[in-house]
Amino acid sequence: MAQILVLVDHVDGNIKKVTFELLTLARRLGTPVAVWVGPGADTAALAEYGAETVVVADSSTLLEHPVAPKTDVLAAVVAEKSPAAVLIASTAEGKEVAGRLAVRIGSGVLTDAVDVDAELTATQSVFGGATVVQSKVTHGVPIITVRPNATAPEAAPAAGTREDIAVEAAASSTLAKVTARVVATKDGRPELTEAAIVVSGGRGVGGAEGFAVIEGLADALGAAVGASRAATDAGWYPHQFQVGQTGKTVSPQLYIANGISGAIQHRAGMQTSKTIVVVNKDSEAPIFELADFGVVGDLFTVVPALTEQVTARKG
Amino acid sequence: MKIVVCIKQVPDSWADKKLSADDSTLDRASVDRVLNELDEYAVEAALQLTEAHGGEVTVLTMGPDDAAEALRRALSMGADAGIHLIDDGLSGTDAVGTSYALAQVLQGREFDLVIFGSESTDARMSVVPAMVAERLSLPQLTFAGKVEVDGGTVRIQRVTDYGYDEVEASTPALVSVVEKINEPRYPSFKGIMAAKKKPVEKLTLADAGIDPSQVGLAQAWSAVESFAARPPREKGTIVEDGGDGGAKIAEFLSTSKFI
Repeated sequence: MAQILVLVDHVDGNIKKVTFELLTLARRLGTPVAVWVGPGADTAALAEYGAETVVVADSSTLLEHPVAPKTDVLAAVVAEKSPAAVLIASTAEGKEVAGRLAVRIGSGVLTDAVDVDAELTATQSVFGGATVVQSKVTHGVPIITVRPNATAPEAAPAAGTREDIAVEAAASSTLAKVTARVVATKDGRPELTEAAIVVSGGRGVGGAEGFAVIEGLADALGAAVGASRAATDAGWYPHQFQVGQTGKTVSPQLYIANGISGAIQHRAGMQTSKTIVVVNKDSEAPIFELADFGVVGDLFTVVPALTEQVTARKG
Repeated sequence: MKIVVCIKQVPDSWADKKLSADDSTLDRASVDRVLNELDEYAVEAALQLTEAHGGEVTVLTMGPDDAAEALRRALSMGADAGIHLIDDGLSGTDAVGTSYALAQVLQGREFDLVIFGSESTDARMSVVPAMVAERLSLPQLTFAGKVEVDGGTVRIQRVTDYGYDEVEASTPALVSVVEKINEPRYPSFKGIMAAKKKPVEKLTLADAGIDPSQVGLAQAWSAVESFAARPPREKGTIVEDGGDGGAKIAEFLSTSKFI
């Protein structure tokens, strides 16, 4: 069967959930081959989700430069394996790796897929989820980036045979050097784009201190916290948590929007969430059009009451 | 220092957008077009750097006639000169072709930095800056929330999911910026008047040495097979909070098996 390369998304050896989603998807398209860049390859975890082979470029120097060395490794593996497709997580960095790889190996690239079928036709949700598009790469080895949460990861044990590959980063790939990694928040919450549940706040939260209420609900649900642009522009919540057109696109199982009116800027980042719950004072707010369940009311009374209920039911 | 800022005219990011039935490309006629919002931050970053270190800012765009308005906007903010790559053969060019065309224009020009906005608000792929870096073998300093130049060294804070990475390289380098980086200025009346006299160089494919067989819709390496408006979401249940709003949501979440 045709081989499908999956670039493993990991931080210091900890594999992100999206990788297991990509492997699950890859099994429907052919034989999954995981590609690991850096030390600490966890072949057992990848095997559990169906990786027949794990190609490992076991070198820490490859991680000292952003993006480009991963392209070098993937280009080498593509040359060796002639796969039917390359799947990469549709994160900021994943898309850049895909873009460089497309130029390097002379292939078309599709980003932000929410599904890929056996014919390698990708489903994309564009213009803030308002339009659904079926697209295909028509030249070279299809490179497709797939959004986190697009597929439910399912275990299906496979061999996970490790194959080491010696790749040296190209001279032009080492021109930019990472001199420090700064972890801004270690709050124990799941990552925004990967989280199954996202609780977010907007203008209605009223200020930085108001986000304690949002965080309280998020922690009760084991959710990530998001914010609308109005909230991040006002400096109430850090920019990296912004959901929307110029921020993160999320597609969780459950999205709870609090005090967010639902301008296109915000809808563009969350419209493909499976279930949407809305709390807003203004019954005319456009966000209610997306709501599976909505409460017209003050978030400062509704949200804490909800948090209490969630905690009680979980307890 | 010499800075080239790559900019794009896009449909107003606050407007609803759709695809054209004829060729599945963006229906540009149906909405107002503006300078891509994130490109304003790129222009601002360039202006702040040249104000601090001296130098000049050139803005580069590719697109039809009305892309000239994006150039005009950037010039009225304070950029010194514009380059407009305009040719019917460019219509429908994909990201791979766009990066090729931009790289051809940049190649052979003198610059210390090329700056992009980190994404266009229409296509939202965020891949063209990385692709241009790949083509021109430039150090890639993308998703910058902060940029500093110190002699021949550029340092950025690359915004990541966990915080940021400090990344540095020597010039010439390619930078893309996120909106966190600055607060773009509004063009002043004086700036708008001055922009009318600033030079804009128009280039065709031939002028820029671009192989017509590598750009345009027919040459795109990916194709839209079909598209449709997303079916409207089923109408949900909306209730007024009568003191039991929280409990009602909890009930809904429980029925939906979230808790």
